[in-house]
Amino acid sequence: MTKPQVLISDPSLRDGNHAVRHQLQASQIAVYCEAADAAGIPIVEVGHGNGIGASSLQLGESAISDEVMLSTARSHLKRSRLGIHVIPGFATIQRDLKLAIDLGVDVIRVASHCTEADITQRHIEFSRTAGKTTYGVLMMSHMTSPTGLAEEAKKMESYGAEGIVIMDSSGHFLPADVADRMKHLREALNIPIGFHAHNNLGMAIANSVAAVQEGATIIDGTARGFGAGAGNAQLEVLVAVLERMGYDTGVDLYKVLDAGDVAEKSVVEVVPTISSVSVVSGLAGVFSGFAKPVARIAEEFKVDPRDIFFELGRRGIIAGQEDFIIEVAAELAKGDSRHKSREALATNVIELKTTRAGNEQRS
Amino acid sequence: MVRVGPVAMNKIPVAIIGSGNIGADLLVKVMRSTLLTCTAFIGRNLRSAGMLKAQEMGVLVSAEGIDYIKNNPTCCKLVFDATSAQAHVVHAETFKALGITCIDLTPAKTGPMCLPCVNMAECLSELDVNMVTCGGQASAPIAYAIGQTQDDVDYVEVISAIASRSAGPATRANLDEYIHTTEEAIKKFSGAKRTKAILNLNPATPCIDMQTTVLAKVGSPNLEKLKPFLAELVARVQRYVPGYAVLVGPLIENGRIVVTIKVKGLGDYLPAYAGNLDIINCGAIAMAEEYASMWLQRSGDVKKERLV
Repeated sequence: MTKPQVLISDPSLRDGNHAVRHQLQASQIAVYCEAADAAGIPIVEVGHGNGIGASSLQLGESAISDEVMLSTARSHLKRSRLGIHVIPGFATIQRDLKLAIDLGVDVIRVASHCTEADITQRHIEFSRTAGKTTYGVLMMSHMTSPTGLAEEAKKMESYGAEGIVIMDSSGHFLPADVADRMKHLREALNIPIGFHAHNNLGMAIANSVAAVQEGATIIDGTARGFGAGAGNAQLEVLVAVLERMGYDTGVDLYKVLDAGDVAEKSVVEVVPTISSVSVVSGLAGVFSGFAKPVARIAEEFKVDPRDIFFELGRRGIIAGQEDFIIEVAAELAKGDSRHKSREALATNVIELKTTRAGNEQRS
Repeated sequence: MVRVGPVAMNKIPVAIIGSGNIGADLLVKVMRSTLLTCTAFIGRNLRSAGMLKAQEMGVLVSAEGIDYIKNNPTCCKLVFDATSAQAHVVHAETFKALGITCIDLTPAKTGPMCLPCVNMAECLSELDVNMVTCGGQASAPIAYAIGQTQDDVDYVEVISAIASRSAGPATRANLDEYIHTTEEAIKKFSGAKRTKAILNLNPATPCIDMQTTVLAKVGSPNLEKLKPFLAELVARVQRYVPGYAVLVGPLIENGRIVVTIKVKGLGDYLPAYAGNLDIINCGAIAMAEEYASMWLQRSGDVKKERLV
């Protein structure tokens, strides 16, 4: 009897870029790609934290260009496929996607906020036409209902996506939330489904397990959990847990453990922990990538970063809206909505689970 | 709703092609204008929400698309194109051949880019002007102010957030064109060496108002010089977009100049949160009225009133 398979996708060199303010160097990309390749990691994703074309003042400027990142990775990956994350609204086909394809990427994951799948159509179609393995990604997936999520995933499937990955970008889910969403996706779709965890509430591995148990066959993990905020599902642990559960990942356990060590030594500035602010960020349902800019701006405006996170959560701010941090901090500094946000959030969290479901119905 | 009567003779006949959110909102604004009147509202589906709105307002509608203009070349002197970038490229040929002035609300940029608070007068000699994008209309005045008052403008970045419900299918399919056109406009109006545009669609309920942030890296920021220039320009925009206001800044954060604008709409077709409709449509109407008063003045019908 053959073991059921799970496809491991490793965005250490993409999500991890959030944790180092997008300052990953070519030498770090090279050394980690070699280690991941040796371990037989099927997909290694590389880029700015928000994907190609996202280097900006808004999100943080990359230390090196997309071109250098991707060509460096390309020359150090022999067996592993090279992946990228692409968000329409940041990256365009002409400027960014064509370049990435010319540089030899194999896997293109086209992402949108969980209710906005229709903005991915042209990028997905372009990527499929170019003959690249193409997945659809729904980010901040706690911000819509399970049925809403399934409807958006179906749109991506209709554009040509070959699999759908949902991201718990805020680390807000508990295992039952993940299982519920996976069940809805599995029933709605005829393509593989996957999950990308964040560890703000300490659930990254547990949530990944819940996803696999509900039929997910693509799971993201990063070396030492190197990713935004509290980090992702730790790759080395994920591989070991899946092996114990009886799944075949094709990844060499010793060598993935080695890759984790290489990452800690040469790539990861600070091994992710669940900081006080990360707990609040997860609870508030705010994008994990906000951790660094919130910390900086809270200090500049002399306000409590936890208040900023609760207020951002109350307002339903999504990934990419980093400019709202300044506005919120300025308002808090005036003493306006301090502490009110947390109370309001209790209502908002319920709203996230119920009324946002109706949001997909747009003109 | 429809104002007809003695003044109608002094109005310029205009057509609107594209019956989505932008087109329907433009229609309401045109019908309120003392200088313009809508003689044809053109789309492809008589049962679409925009078409029903036009019929309800008593405006002539057609589902023939560009063919209506080809078959009725004298129906209008000016046309607003609110279709899509791809469609406008084709339409522009027809309008040119027929000598119809076109205000393009798609990001196709077949004609020069128009920012009414800055270059309205020079656009009047053109037959096809481009209204850039909603984010461009909101951010370019700020970028222009930065370009005029700061030395060594290296980089300007503009980020807009709009409510999901305010973005119809053509807007969603045109995100790449939105980005390229906005970036080109910011470069043109600020003189920056590098520019970047980002668009976020936010589905939060209640719907968020349109908000645009401009971030700039300049040699050595001079806020004292920027503030009065910016205030003057904002006041100029407010003359045609009353809901345009500075929310944050100008301030310096992390070495960058930061200005955030909020745009509340007039609530003509979509509710007031859709400032993204108003910022581009009010600009287009201001431009159309400028053409109209020029033409009417030439024919001696009306004294020229400058709007900006």
